[in-house]
Amino acid sequence: MKYLDEFNDPELAKKLFADIDRVTTKRWAIMEVCGGQTHAIIRNGIDQLLNDKIELIHGPGCPVCVTPLGGIDKALAIASLPDVIFCSFGDMIRVPGSNRDLFQVRSEGGDVRIVYSPLDAVKLAEENPDKEVVFFAIGFETTAPANAMSVHQAKQRGITNFSVLVSHVLVPPAIEAIVDAEDSRVDGFLAAGHVCSIMGTWQYGPLVDKHQVPIVVTGFEPLDVLEGIRRVVIQLEEGRAELENAYPRVVSEEGNVHAQTLVAEVFEVCDRMWRGIGEIPQSGWRLAPAYREFDAELRFDVGAIDSPESELCRSGEVLQGFIKPNECEAFGKECTPRKPLGATMVSSEGACAAYYQYRRLDGIEVEVSAGG
Amino acid sequence: MCLAVPGKVMDVRDDRGTRMATVNFDGIEKEICLAYLPDIAVGEYVIVHVGFAISRLDEDSAMETLAMFRELGILEEELGVESSEAGAAS
Ligand code: SF4
Repeated sequence: MKYLDEFNDPELAKKLFADIDRVTTKRWAIMEVCGGQTHAIIRNGIDQLLNDKIELIHGPGCPVCVTPLGGIDKALAIASLPDVIFCSFGDMIRVPGSNRDLFQVRSEGGDVRIVYSPLDAVKLAEENPDKEVVFFAIGFETTAPANAMSVHQAKQRGITNFSVLVSHVLVPPAIEAIVDAEDSRVDGFLAAGHVCSIMGTWQYGPLVDKHQVPIVVTGFEPLDVLEGIRRVVIQLEEGRAELENAYPRVVSEEGNVHAQTLVAEVFEVCDRMWRGIGEIPQSGWRLAPAYREFDAELRFDVGAIDSPESELCRSGEVLQGFIKPNECEAFGKECTPRKPLGATMVSSEGACAAYYQYRRLDGIEVEVSAGG
Repeated sequence: MCLAVPGKVMDVRDDRGTRMATVNFDGIEKEICLAYLPDIAVGEYVIVHVGFAISRLDEDSAMETLAMFRELGILEEELGVESSEAGAAS
């Protein structure tokens, strides 16, 4: 077994795989909804080491991947305005919009900066009172408290040259949309540990009851992922559908109440477009009315932007488990991490990019061009 | 940016009403906001995501997770540190 010694505790990994083999009698499809988990699964070959009755489906767990093309084009338009300092997390910089990326805007003279923390963007606004500082606030529930604090702090400190372009997404409505889909193939879910460290596990109980689908809150390290899979398989084989927490060292039932409180003050729930999937009702956050003065979309009029996705790209089917990345015609040909066509190739945590990075040399044929 | 990295709280201070800390991640130090973990003390381990401590963690788990980040060579990337900067800090 080629990957087993790459686990930090190969003996425990072996035992977990053996346990899973022992209990599996039927075919099951399990979806992880965390880019960190997807990455660990592909990198450590967990999907290949599992017995072939168990299929892992890599869900929409990467916020960079699901940010719609139109949102990126809006960011590019705002970043190109004079007197704007546009701040973003590093992994958004190379995500292509319809015809360029933030990196290119910078090389064309735009002031685009990578920040580590959203509070760095607030600081930039304080230091540059004659500029408009805009922060690209993307992410799941894990990132929302940080982004909420930047807006809260700006308001508290009376900073008027700061605003945020918000594209926040929420995990539970996405899970619901996936199980509700007519042809859904998913039998059980690994929920994202870090999302739950903020939100707690209480949101998932009603989902489990309503859809009779097992959900196991799981960490992102390889052994955590294996333990999560083991627990889902046991539930499925025993005909149970329950909420379990396999990541108790980080996740509690109530979550981080301080973070939830500020998020609820700064944001309100809204419908949201997911790249590759489409609009999911009540699946995002936008600024609440009391904070709307910080909304970059209202502050800067960049016109209506509606960007069609590439026709070649099948990332929606990848995200819902209908095909594997390498079954897409464009995989490794027209579409590579350097020139991504779709949601799941743009970030290293996306399923197509993870396949490209770790599976390319593994019997999956791709053309490797000079550039990428 | 999906991930969260464990680190040790080295000092705690107040920045105009916001609780901030210096957190050490296996040799790399960063300014981290403690607003969401107000009762954390110096010497404890926390999980940090985009500059915010989001959860407490015991030392052993923190060490294991940090070792994994190091091994994968993604610690600097997750902390948004340019590699030259990281070299100087460690
Ligand atoms: S390989 Fe590229 S084009 Fe194909 S589904 Fe993935 S992101 Fe889309």
